[in-house]
Amino acid sequence: MKDQIEHLKKRIGQGRITRREFVGRMGALGVSAAMANVMMAEAVRAEGPKKGGHLKMGSVGGESTNSLDPAAAASQVPYYNLNLFGDTLVEVTPEGKVGNRLAEEVSSSPDAKTWKFKIRKGVEFHNGKPLTPQDVLRTMERHSNEESKSGALGIMRGIESMKVEGDMFSVTLKTPNADLPYLMADYHLQIQPDGGFDNPGAGIGTGPYILEEDQPGVRHVWSRNPNYWDDSRGHVDSVEILVINDATARMAALQSGQVHLVNRVDPKVADLVNRAPGVRIESDSGPGHYVFIMHVDTEPFSSNDLRLALKYALDREDMVEKILRGYGTVGNDMPINAAYPLFDETIPQRTYDPEKAAEHYKKSGHDGSPIILRVSDVAFPGAIEAAQLFQETAKAAGIPLELKREPGDGYWSEVWNKQPFCASYWSGRPVQDQMYSTAYLSTADWNDTRWDNEKFDKMLLEARAELDEEKRKELYSRMGRMIRDEGGLICPMFNDFITGVSDKVQGWVNDPTGETMSGRWSSMLWLA
Amino acid sequence: MHPVLILVVQRIALGLLLLFAASILIFAGTMILPGDVAQSILGQSATPEALANLRAELGLNEPPVTRYFNWLFGVLQGDLGTALTNGQDIATSMGRRLSNTLFLAFWAAAVAVPLAIFLGLVAVLYRDRWPDKLISGVTLASISIPEFLIGYVLMYFVAVQLGWFSTVAMISDSMSLLEKLSVIALPVAVLTLVVLAHMMRMTRAAILNVMQSAYIETAELKGLSAFTVIFRHAFPNAIAPIVNVVMINLAYLVVGVVVIEVVFVYPGMGQYLVDHVSKRDVPVVQACGLVFAAVYIGLNMVADIVSILANPRLRHPK
Repeated sequence: MKDQIEHLKKRIGQGRITRREFVGRMGALGVSAAMANVMMAEAVRAEGPKKGGHLKMGSVGGESTNSLDPAAAASQVPYYNLNLFGDTLVEVTPEGKVGNRLAEEVSSSPDAKTWKFKIRKGVEFHNGKPLTPQDVLRTMERHSNEESKSGALGIMRGIESMKVEGDMFSVTLKTPNADLPYLMADYHLQIQPDGGFDNPGAGIGTGPYILEEDQPGVRHVWSRNPNYWDDSRGHVDSVEILVINDATARMAALQSGQVHLVNRVDPKVADLVNRAPGVRIESDSGPGHYVFIMHVDTEPFSSNDLRLALKYALDREDMVEKILRGYGTVGNDMPINAAYPLFDETIPQRTYDPEKAAEHYKKSGHDGSPIILRVSDVAFPGAIEAAQLFQETAKAAGIPLELKREPGDGYWSEVWNKQPFCASYWSGRPVQDQMYSTAYLSTADWNDTRWDNEKFDKMLLEARAELDEEKRKELYSRMGRMIRDEGGLICPMFNDFITGVSDKVQGWVNDPTGETMSGRWSSMLWLA
Repeated sequence: MHPVLILVVQRIALGLLLLFAASILIFAGTMILPGDVAQSILGQSATPEALANLRAELGLNEPPVTRYFNWLFGVLQGDLGTALTNGQDIATSMGRRLSNTLFLAFWAAAVAVPLAIFLGLVAVLYRDRWPDKLISGVTLASISIPEFLIGYVLMYFVAVQLGWFSTVAMISDSMSLLEKLSVIALPVAVLTLVVLAHMMRMTRAAILNVMQSAYIETAELKGLSAFTVIFRHAFPNAIAPIVNVVMINLAYLVVGVVVIEVVFVYPGMGQYLVDHVSKRDVPVVQACGLVFAAVYIGLNMVADIVSILANPRLRHPK
């Protein structure tokens, strides 16, 4: 029997039989399906990545208006494209650590104020030019200078000066930041020749794939870079991204075998897809969360009792069950969960408590007029339904909520960050500091809860400069509790990234730090 | 000059005027929409600095009237400009999308128009008997079901279950004509079902109308077969309303198929326009609007002219 198992393992490792067949035949030998899956993963890993083939993905989040300029990337397809043609200095690994890419070595001064990145030698851009530290400097300049319209501008603001020293790229910060390498892993910061000043949208970088065809909103085709510096990445010969924004069409394309993987599977159909032949579902918990946000400086939300009343008036478990169909975890009214390094697991979980909600509501002295919650389809998938559930559970606590449905078009410019109470989402950040600095620092542009707390700001800066992990964890824990108990954030749930994958695809890694293996699917997956 | 020629020239001049008016309307429309292109490009990640920088770069700080006339001046010189969002040349990227749209519309029309007219003739021939009722029933049912639903149903049974055709109708230059036709088979089928009823019913009604005439009775009394009577005597006299409805449906096939494009992932004009409207990319919206308006105006003009040519009384006015 052992021989048979070994034989099957070898066959699955080489991709000669399907997963279904493997599990079935292992079952016949008395091996449980769970065990068989583990064995399969091992066997595949032992056999190593297979080279060659044409990997196709059907992806949401592509428009005819997309460009290949890293500064302009904001949705999934541009994000994947950047990972195909470019490399960042460092990356965030699935374990939440910093991994070296174009930087061979990262070091900091003891006060975490000056950071040095040793730039890898012998790396070539797609246009044949060698990578130099100067290119790195120019890239960072383009994302941080005064004319910048980069999505990374916000995180570059803490930089005081940058310079090249030999083969080192060095950054000096205005205030110390122990998390700087995480910021440098931002996907906008792909290193381009001369920083991409002359032609930002050329799609030329040092990455594993070279642009073949660029049709924004339709498809993007890439072929393997024969001179890629990292042999462990870039297994398939070519990668094609088809823009399929319609969820049903995406599923049909996966099931009819026209694409190997699709992102953003609707939780409602995830179980059905998982049961279909030849495909499976990969679900990764991540830092993305769905929120209802209140402006703490605006009546009636300026009363913390009213805020607490609303926080207690929400049935989180029920929402995870009904809106996410279990593909997610409950939130705790703070933007941080276990996907972040230095997360404090001991913070008590808030639950639905209509009595406490009613008590706080009474204490707040609210006049009983309906509280208007603005919501739209685009706020997050299932936002309308979630708001309706919220309305019902709040009603049970005697809190009158009125839903106002806003058009999706213009929601982000007219409602979010403007109206005092609305639904929204956050895709999360790799580290706590970045999440808090982006949306909870009093001076942050996207402080969408109008959270202005001197003590909190001070702790945030203190934690940022703190190199001792224990002390940092303690600070972050206190900050999280503060937001949870006093902030304007109602966070019912953290959503999983749900990807539909063909059984032909091997090498999937569960990565909580970003969607679809943090965008690295194209260079890390292979076809059996 | 021949009166028909004068009429054509008049119509073309009027069409151009209409196009100009349409361009003003579209421009005004995009001004009313909330948010601007800079806000839409940056979306949730907009910081005030990035917004200001982008606005300056795109020239959005100039007054709208100036922007409109700059655009109009360019168009009159044949320059549609570049997209604000990704800097691509509009004429090139739109040209590709337009040729895809026309390709799909052409094949849908090539199937639907002859089929609709033929079914209309058959329905007249078997008026009030079961073939007539069957044809009307099926076509009316298919026009009443939302097109995306027909699309999904066909996709599920024909593509996913049977595996005959592709669910993704993405055509590219490297494909042969046969491959392209196989790929667009499903959207063509759906579009045919959607436009069939309208044209079929109009053909049926128009011919039935003519069938009341005395000369049809004469033809019947001459002993001509029923089909010859309909095809040779009734159809030519019913052509004007039929051409009108055919043109309306052709225009629909060019400008109105965005839902089908989304469902079948077809790289046509509809999706292209919607993407740019949602990003407030005015030059592209203007260019698409112009093309769509030109298609409508052009096809309606053809319908008018054919109606006139088909009618001796209009052809030779006293």
